[in-house]
Amino acid sequence: MIEEEDIDLLLNDLFDLYGYDFTRYSRASLKRRIIRLCSLDKFPSFAELRYRVRSDPSYLKRFVEEVTVNVTEMFRDPGFYKSLREDVLPVLGTKPFIRIWHAGCSTGEEVYSMAILLKEANLLRRSLLYATDLNPSVLEKVRKGIFPLALMKQYSESYMNAGGTRDFSSYYTAQYGQAKFDNELSEKIIISTHNLVSDSSFNEFDLILCRNVLIYFDKELQDRVLKLFDASLGTLGHLALGTKETLKFSAVQNKFKQLNREKIWKKII
Amino acid sequence: MEEDHLNHTCAFLLIGGSAGSLEVLFKLLPLLRADLPFPIALVLHRRSSADSSLSELLASKTLNPTQEVEDKEPITSGTIYLAPADYHLLIEHDHTFSLDYSEKINFSRPSIDVTFESAAEVYGPRLVGILLSGANEDGTRGLTAVKRAGGIAAVQNPDTAQMPFMPHYALTHLPVDYVFDTIQMAAFINSLA
Repeated sequence: MIEEEDIDLLLNDLFDLYGYDFTRYSRASLKRRIIRLCSLDKFPSFAELRYRVRSDPSYLKRFVEEVTVNVTEMFRDPGFYKSLREDVLPVLGTKPFIRIWHAGCSTGEEVYSMAILLKEANLLRRSLLYATDLNPSVLEKVRKGIFPLALMKQYSESYMNAGGTRDFSSYYTAQYGQAKFDNELSEKIIISTHNLVSDSSFNEFDLILCRNVLIYFDKELQDRVLKLFDASLGTLGHLALGTKETLKFSAVQNKFKQLNREKIWKKII
Repeated sequence: MEEDHLNHTCAFLLIGGSAGSLEVLFKLLPLLRADLPFPIALVLHRRSSADSSLSELLASKTLNPTQEVEDKEPITSGTIYLAPADYHLLIEHDHTFSLDYSEKINFSRPSIDVTFESAAEVYGPRLVGILLSGANEDGTRGLTAVKRAGGIAAVQNPDTAQMPFMPHYALTHLPVDYVFDTIQMAAFINSLA
């Protein structure tokens, strides 16, 4: 049994020793992840996990990777991608140069999905996709663009449900149970670590995608991050969130207008 | 000795179900009184494609307001909440919902165990958990957490369940307080205050 006070102590350690601030993460989910890690790495007690985190900086990497959620997929919620394709890309297409930010991109499946949409709209050549996450190791996977071949059947179905008409397998090369996505896609992806909790705006974007990341933050941190997105979007830029996330009741809600029933907003002021 | 559960106050009612549980809910929901003094959360295994018609279908069976949960939504008495497809549903100490897209548990997202365990931490003895028909083990760990926190654990009578495995698994792994058919379950829920 892990008490709330134990979690508080651990979170203080992480901030004091390493500068990682998890104090405004959704506590119920975070606590579950910490308990899961305790059992995965077979710590006899919570105190021993805390000691390891405090005394072994190399363990910190694993801690951050396992406590944050890195589950993602290509073309998740096909209706959302269909709307990007039909409602957002035509607007982006009027710009000479397109900057897109995938904030909290994890292993990058959504970044590659976006790159495919851009390619099919003939916009990839004048686009740059900035993929950021606080975990350096997941970004390594984004750089490689290699995903399990076994998932391609499901991704191909989602791609078609999102309005894709080409042969999905033309975007990757299959070998040894892996699918390696084309360099044409990956060379437009710029990778960098960025912590939404502590880092500031670093560019101006036409579209920011941050899907199923805010659910791990409490209301106050969500608000802060939404302000960061607002400050990082150009006029008439778009913001896309996960299907159960909302701008409603946030500090920036009056500056945005939702496009349709998908979770895509346009910045109006 | 069996405690007198009528003295328990219910602050939150959880109902978990898998295959065969929708039919039970379609019969149960119309039998519930319209002014429930506590919130209800339904955690149902469903296809992962976001199929929003289920909450509308359930809403049509009850006078209580019924809706699919949005992230960080405050939990309100008298409302019936449905866990969204393909997210785990968690409860925060400030009585709001959180969603989580982490790995499946018991091949399921939402997992009944995740919600029940999380609610047990927040509501303790004022929590009531009910498991319905289903074909996997999900829910038993969660119901055990409800019991351990002093709450009430109930299951659908496996003899009346289309898929008896889930309630039966719970019955063989923890001291369940009540075993109900649908009519008994409705009467029990209506008697909770």
